Amino acid sequence: MSKAIRDVYGECLKKYGAENSNIVVLDADVSSSTKSSVFGQAYPERFFNCGIAEYAMVGIAAGMARNGKIPFVNTFAVFLTTLGSLGARAYMSYSGLNIKMMGGYSGLSDAYDGATHHSLEDIAVMRALPNITVMVASDEIITEWMVKTAVEVNQPMYIRLSRDAVPVCHPANYNFEIGKGAEVHAGTDVTIIACGLMVSEAVEAAAILAGKGISARIVDMFCIKPIDRGIVRKAAEETGAIVTAEEHNIIGGLGSAVSEVLAQEGIGVPVEMIGMKDCHGESGAYSDLLKKYGLDVDAIASAAERAVSRK
Amino acid sequence: MSITSQRKNELEQVCLQFRKDVITALHRIQTGHPGGSLSVCEILTAVYFEKANISPKNMSEPTRDKVVLCKGHAAPMLYRVLAEKGFFPVEEMKNLRQINSMLQGHPCSKDTPGVEVSTGPLGAGYPVALGMALSDRLNNMDAYTYAILGDGEINEGVVWETCENAAKYKADHLISILDWNKVQLDGTTDAIMPMGDVGRKFEAFGYHTISCDGHDVSALCDAIDQAKSHKGQPSIILANTIKGKGVSFMEGQNAWHGKPIDDASYAKAMKELGGES
Repeated sequence: MSKAIRDVYGECLKKYGAENSNIVVLDADVSSSTKSSVFGQAYPERFFNCGIAEYAMVGIAAGMARNGKIPFVNTFAVFLTTLGSLGARAYMSYSGLNIKMMGGYSGLSDAYDGATHHSLEDIAVMRALPNITVMVASDEIITEWMVKTAVEVNQPMYIRLSRDAVPVCHPANYNFEIGKGAEVHAGTDVTIIACGLMVSEAVEAAAILAGKGISARIVDMFCIKPIDRGIVRKAAEETGAIVTAEEHNIIGGLGSAVSEVLAQEGIGVPVEMIGMKDCHGESGAYSDLLKKYGLDVDAIASAAERAVSRK
Repeated sequence: MSITSQRKNELEQVCLQFRKDVITALHRIQTGHPGGSLSVCEILTAVYFEKANISPKNMSEPTRDKVVLCKGHAAPMLYRVLAEKGFFPVEEMKNLRQINSMLQGHPCSKDTPGVEVSTGPLGAGYPVALGMALSDRLNNMDAYTYAILGDGEINEGVVWETCENAAKYKADHLISILDWNKVQLDGTTDAIMPMGDVGRKFEAFGYHTISCDGHDVSALCDAIDQAKSHKGQPSIILANTIKGKGVSFMEGQNAWHGKPIDDASYAKAMKELGGES
């Protein structure tokens, strides 16, 4: 049974916090949800619960980063990238301070709380800010690597986390790199470029597609910025059709980033985009939302068939 | 310990020169903010020349004091002060706000030696100052962080979010100074956004407040000493100032918040400041 991403994240913070006393953790009164509380219980002197004051929290983190600390800033992705966005722009992007913005409960994963709590534009917001590395965690293995990398690499980062348990889709010893996508399934007829939860959904979709005689390659584009241009080009040239899949608006996120690469490279292949179709969600069970808004296994498989038929 | 009257006189002369140089620079480039630059002159002078342990030599030392000019639009006066401190040649003032210049319209920590934190979006710098004070304490350093706020700036919600945190974390090494000139861009603070009893407001948020004449360097130094001696609580100095201080027709006038200085106004201003136009 795989673990919830947020639990893995909390444990990783505590683990790396033990090794590096420069790590400080900030939260905006949702630490028991984001699991930054796991760090807070272990290292209370390095944990700052800033109250429901996201804008100030990002600023406080900036001051700490300026003084050589490695601040991990936590709250729900939707609030972090809206209320915290001016701080992100001024201090991560413009000033280059070593802040790690950790967006919890991303996509539709805070399902029952409804549209106000879903985060469907955070990738677009953070991707448009210069100098910020944008990554999306797809399973527990990569979540640990992202925390480790955030500690080790001195650059501003936005890391998008999910609330729930997600099937493991990477081998434990995989050598991830910033700016490199990871192929998780080989295929020749179409490439599904996915991030976050959509990676494991794509793996299931590939099994359905195989039954229909379609060989689907799957790439986990866990690093949206900088994007791996090579793996996109190779996918287009070798499989001739692309599906992008993200728990985000189809405007401004992974689908846009991949399309930008294809257009700039002058590669004209069919692209189908799985994501929120420029609309808000609603309250409901997570699986019901994913199904209603076309973000489930069947939707991905259908999109792949459409992409292949358009070749 | 109070500064001597001789030192006070010296610093008053320094301030007069800063005013002349800033007005000259702003007249030359026909852009920038005179009003708030003139009101914050003595505050910056007291902090940089008497109280804060900052110089080009110790700028990379973690133990240095830190200064955050939250009201970043007063950049011209900050730049003049930093030039006097030796962070860059004063001739750079000619390039203020021009293409390829190290002196941006608002302070930029990456481009300008001596600028601790990039500021400009009002309110945004204040939590950064708090973060610096809290992390200095984590590092067992006795350094002070000075945050200089504008009175229009305190309209911003993030200022009060920061106050909540400063009080919660008993940030007694964060010394806030309010450049309380009672005028913001569109009009007087009372007309645009009446903040009520500002002192009591900060006190209600958990601050120790100290009032002083914000154009008296000696009084400012004493107020900073008082703030340093107050433990267990953040302090804010309510520095009573005059927007456009030193140039009669700019004083108290919101129109001079960011207006280009025409030739006639420049000549008149320089005459009042006792300099050559």
